[in-house]
Amino acid sequence: MKNWPLWEVFIRSKQGLNHIHAGSLHAADAEMAIENARDVYTRRNEGISIWVVESKYVTASNPDDQGAFFDPANSKVYRHPTFYELPIELKHM
Amino acid sequence: MTVMTSQEILVKYLLRLADTTLILGHRLSEWCGHGPVLEQDIAMTNIALDLIGEARNYYQYAAKVENKNNSEDDLAYMRDPMDYYNILLVEQPNGDFAHTIARQYFFDVFHYLLLEELQQSKDKQLSAIAEKSIKEVTYHKKWSGEWILRLGDGTEMSHNKMQEAIIDLWNFTGEMFLMDQVDELLVKEKKGVDVAKLQSSWLSTIKAQITEATLSLPETSWVQKGGKQGIHSEHLGFILTDLQYMQRTYPGQTW
Repeated sequence: MKNWPLWEVFIRSKQGLNHIHAGSLHAADAEMAIENARDVYTRRNEGISIWVVESKYVTASNPDDQGAFFDPANSKVYRHPTFYELPIELKHM
Repeated sequence: MTVMTSQEILVKYLLRLADTTLILGHRLSEWCGHGPVLEQDIAMTNIALDLIGEARNYYQYAAKVENKNNSEDDLAYMRDPMDYYNILLVEQPNGDFAHTIARQYFFDVFHYLLLEELQQSKDKQLSAIAEKSIKEVTYHKKWSGEWILRLGDGTEMSHNKMQEAIIDLWNFTGEMFLMDQVDELLVKEKKGVDVAKLQSSWLSTIKAQITEATLSLPETSWVQKGGKQGIHSEHLGFILTDLQYMQRTYPGQTW
């Protein structure tokens, strides 16, 4: 059990919403990972659907690239759609 | 046997269901903090809580039928071993993980079949409890059944441990299907389950899973019995000592 791989768990809380990363856990295979996720992450009614993926298949951005990757977005205010006049009839934007 | 009123018979029937689920729930809860891995520790405590929740429903109903001013807590915490009517299988020690799995799987398959029938009970309260619990038990059965497969068809060591656990606990399984006067009267009233009729279905399910797990069932048909009549193995006294300590020491104590 010491060499069980790590799995990332994604839970959809209700119909129409995205699966959101909930955490990670150890399991021998995908089936056990789903069941463990059910037991660990949905005990308090958190979900109606579970995805699991072995952590080794997740490619993450390099923390060293943080500046180059994300800082340039800081000063691009024109990328936010805040310059449009919304018609009064639109209530839920 | 002294003559029992139909009310007393129903109470006894309910206490058997309640005690069996409470004691198994308590046994599983002993794994809390000691599970082989965190995820399974949580799985076992979840199942423990399901079982104790089911037990509470039976106790509450038993207290109401009994009508002696007892609460569910009085029934759980204030009765002595000889007044407990759980089957012997569920009071057997956790042992190693394989023993816990064997005990659980034997019971889960039975429990599922029992609730399936109990849903048809003419007693509305009983059928409602069964309907609520069977969803939970469907998962219990899946969980323990998969562990039978994984351990049986795993490494040489896990296979041997699983096989040993099956042999050790086998003699306690027959009691689940024994009928007595209480069962028969409730079956007649269409409130209770004819457990003897569940045995062949139980056996074929168990056999298929055990065989797939490359394990085998013992040949012996000796049945260790008595729990339903209040005659227990040496383990129940120790369980109740733990379980009842707080209420016995500080009667009426609440959170």
